[in-house]
Amino acid sequence: MINEMLAYFADAANWSGSAGIPARLGEHLWYSLLAVLAAAVIAFPVGVFIGHTGTGRVLLVSASNVLRALPSLGIMTLLVLLMGIGLLPPLAALVLIAIPPILAGVYAGVANVEPSVVDAARAIGMKDSRIILQVELPLALPLILGGLRGAILQVVATATIAAYVNLGGLGRYIFDGLALYDYGEVLVGAVLVTALALVLDGLLALLVKALSPARRAIAR
Amino acid sequence: MITFESVSKSYPGGTRAVTDLDLEIPTGSFTVLVGPSGCGKTTSMRMINRMVAPSSGCVRIDGQDVADIRAVTLRLGIGYVLQNAGLFPHRTVLDNVATVQRLLGLSKAQARSKAYEAMERVGLDASMATRYPAQLSGGQQQRVGVARALAADPPILLMDEPFSAVDPIVRLELQQEVQHLQSVIKKTIVMVTHDIDEALTLGDRIAVLAPGGVLHQYASPLEILTRPATEFVTSMVSKDRGFRQLSFATLEDVRATALPAPGADGLIELGALAPGWKLRLDPAELRAVWLDPSGVEFAAGPAVRRGDTVRSALDAVLASPVSAALLLNGDSVPSACVTIDDLAPYLRHGVRDPA
Repeated sequence: MINEMLAYFADAANWSGSAGIPARLGEHLWYSLLAVLAAAVIAFPVGVFIGHTGTGRVLLVSASNVLRALPSLGIMTLLVLLMGIGLLPPLAALVLIAIPPILAGVYAGVANVEPSVVDAARAIGMKDSRIILQVELPLALPLILGGLRGAILQVVATATIAAYVNLGGLGRYIFDGLALYDYGEVLVGAVLVTALALVLDGLLALLVKALSPARRAIAR
Repeated sequence: MITFESVSKSYPGGTRAVTDLDLEIPTGSFTVLVGPSGCGKTTSMRMINRMVAPSSGCVRIDGQDVADIRAVTLRLGIGYVLQNAGLFPHRTVLDNVATVQRLLGLSKAQARSKAYEAMERVGLDASMATRYPAQLSGGQQQRVGVARALAADPPILLMDEPFSAVDPIVRLELQQEVQHLQSVIKKTIVMVTHDIDEALTLGDRIAVLAPGGVLHQYASPLEILTRPATEFVTSMVSKDRGFRQLSFATLEDVRATALPAPGADGLIELGALAPGWKLRLDPAELRAVWLDPSGVEFAAGPAVRRGDTVRSALDAVLASPVSAALLLNGDSVPSACVTIDDLAPYLRHGVRDPA
């Protein structure tokens, strides 16, 4: 099986064309990017609002738990039945799993800013929008990026389901391989998804580290 | 002038933080609100910049109800120093200090040059500018907090327990600097503290508040010490109360004891002042030494000046082996000294009426 996988990787024909590995990687990244961006657009303002005002915390926790409990494949299948094949059903399923980590990161980051710092900001004459933009968000950045990192990891890993409804991405190898009992090809998909997730996670980890205020405080 | 007009603050559940407070804080004064925790002193102070809204009554600045001024506009015109400095951890010292100027719409370069001026005023070296708050000591952070509050040159400065989180030595240093600063900049300062010592040292008006935000006395430090209005005020000032009054008189009117002329050997025979003792003045080294009858030398200890307080003079006298402290009159060689007998009128009759 391993040999079959290696042979697949070694075959130059598998590295070009619309079904080649680069094309599949591109599709996979594209779905992931779209899903994370859409989730961020939804989760970011909500997280900032709840973190800044402190209202709606209960709603946040219960909504996150519900979203986390949703089965992605089930949601996607349901949406396909309702709306037909297309980009929207898998994207919606991916957005739903990306929202909780981003929301949690933004909320926790904003809510955990030292209250005396926020009090000082207000007392010296900052209005709320400035407090959010100039004080809370910069200080929340490490936790926000942490949440984003979690979301990207989950979405990249889960974006394989897009192939289940006849879309591309690295899931193609897995579903095609399964249909043909070609476990070498299944492994190709699995290895590529894992590698992609690890590389992205590593890059984001470096970014989080570089932007952490604790690190900036030590650097002269 | 900041005026509190029958201001009360109560919270849902019935807790009373401030009860019917009337207070007039004159422009240019250093007013200290002092009291134990839960006396509503911080709550009262935060009503001035609308960080707290009174439940009833109103706070006026120069006659205008602060509730009628836009909160952000009001706060930009009032400096605020917090207990733990409240600096922005993600900004450099310079940018922290420049914050208010930036909010007021100055360009980054202008705000920064003003910030350097403010840093200099509070004794922060320019080399600190690029550091982050986490790299500073508590005392330095507090200086940055004061610089940030002063940078935009607001007429009013609010200070919320500004020195309670730093060690006693740094606290003393910061207190002296704030005192000096106030003598130069003449702001209307309102400070909150639970430390009656600090209040008596710094304030020229002191408001003593009891739990529930009840004002017990509003007077000068000397009056608080000599004529506490209620049992509560008496208990607040009880420690060192008598001794402390001596801080409110200086040596201006003290009758000093002239030193005899030096003999042929350059030594001054103290005579009746301290039989058998001699004094050697060494103007070249600006050093004086007491010599006991057998010739053993004792360092002269601190000399006093006319502007010093009776309290510090008494301390110097008590520390001297001959119960006398040299008095400097601007000349390099002292010609007189202050003895325990010279201070006796203050000890016998108090500061009010030493004669």
